[in-house]
Amino acid sequence: MKFGVVVFPGSNCDEDLVYTLQDILHQDVVKLWHKDTDLQKCDFVFLPGGFSYGDYLRSGAIARFSPIMDEVVKHANRGGYVMGICNGFQILCEAKLLPGALLHNTSRKFICKNVYLKPQSKLALPSQNLDFDKAYKIPIAHGEGNFYAPDEVLMEMDDNDQVMFRYCDVDGKITEESNPNGSIENIAGICNLQRNVFGMMPHPERAADFELENTDGREIFESILSLIKA
Amino acid sequence: MNFKASIQIMPLEALLDPQGKAVTGSMKNLGLSEISNVRIGKNIHLQVEAKDQKEAESKVESACKKLLCNEIMESYSFTVTPVA
Repeated sequence: MKFGVVVFPGSNCDEDLVYTLQDILHQDVVKLWHKDTDLQKCDFVFLPGGFSYGDYLRSGAIARFSPIMDEVVKHANRGGYVMGICNGFQILCEAKLLPGALLHNTSRKFICKNVYLKPQSKLALPSQNLDFDKAYKIPIAHGEGNFYAPDEVLMEMDDNDQVMFRYCDVDGKITEESNPNGSIENIAGICNLQRNVFGMMPHPERAADFELENTDGREIFESILSLIKA
Repeated sequence: MNFKASIQIMPLEALLDPQGKAVTGSMKNLGLSEISNVRIGKNIHLQVEAKDQKEAESKVESACKKLLCNEIMESYSFTVTPVA
């Protein structure tokens, strides 16, 4: 299994992702420049967080047209794995590889803090092997993370078990108060219908190193690894 | 021929516009409580080369659908006028 991390102008979590995959999880990782058109035989492509193209127009709207994105879309359509974190999630929604869109936080503020996530989908790789009774502490850092999808899309996502994570409180209760950004139905992460494309606003790669005294994010990567190797 | 377009992009009516809501609130503080329902969008100006008005409109429409507007959360309208 070879991993690729795409680097857009303005990406700023690419190093953290490479560090997590390579140094902590001992995986084969390469960086992929956004102007390249070769995925270098990567099996699993990550789109990292950051502010690609300065978040101009809408977050992710311009990055979606970077040359490498044509290849990422083809890879996803062939059934290849793609995961977007934060800005990467926004790019995947703009590219229509994931349903819905990410609006400004209802507070209009950029929010950078630890939040709690409740795993939901028993079928999506990032959540499948997690403890469904646990609240996972993972940081968020975004201004446009308010997930929105029309009712009929939400219903389809629920019917197909496409919601991977919802914001919850420290005890795992999914409440309005524990929703940091106004996301509809507390949605923090989703996957596509075919379950090979994943997106989430919180940053598991920022909670993967023992030195940081929080490795809840590492369990999300370990869930993916144990399942794709199985 | 050259045309110029003025494109208006607005958050969908069904969605909360927190920016507009905050501005509506400050209208009251200004003593302008008659003003309500402020909604804030974007105005984009651009130039387009086309053989006629119809072609220019079709190119602007395509730019809106493909990039300028995300129809999951926004709507768009535009006017296209020839540049003298």
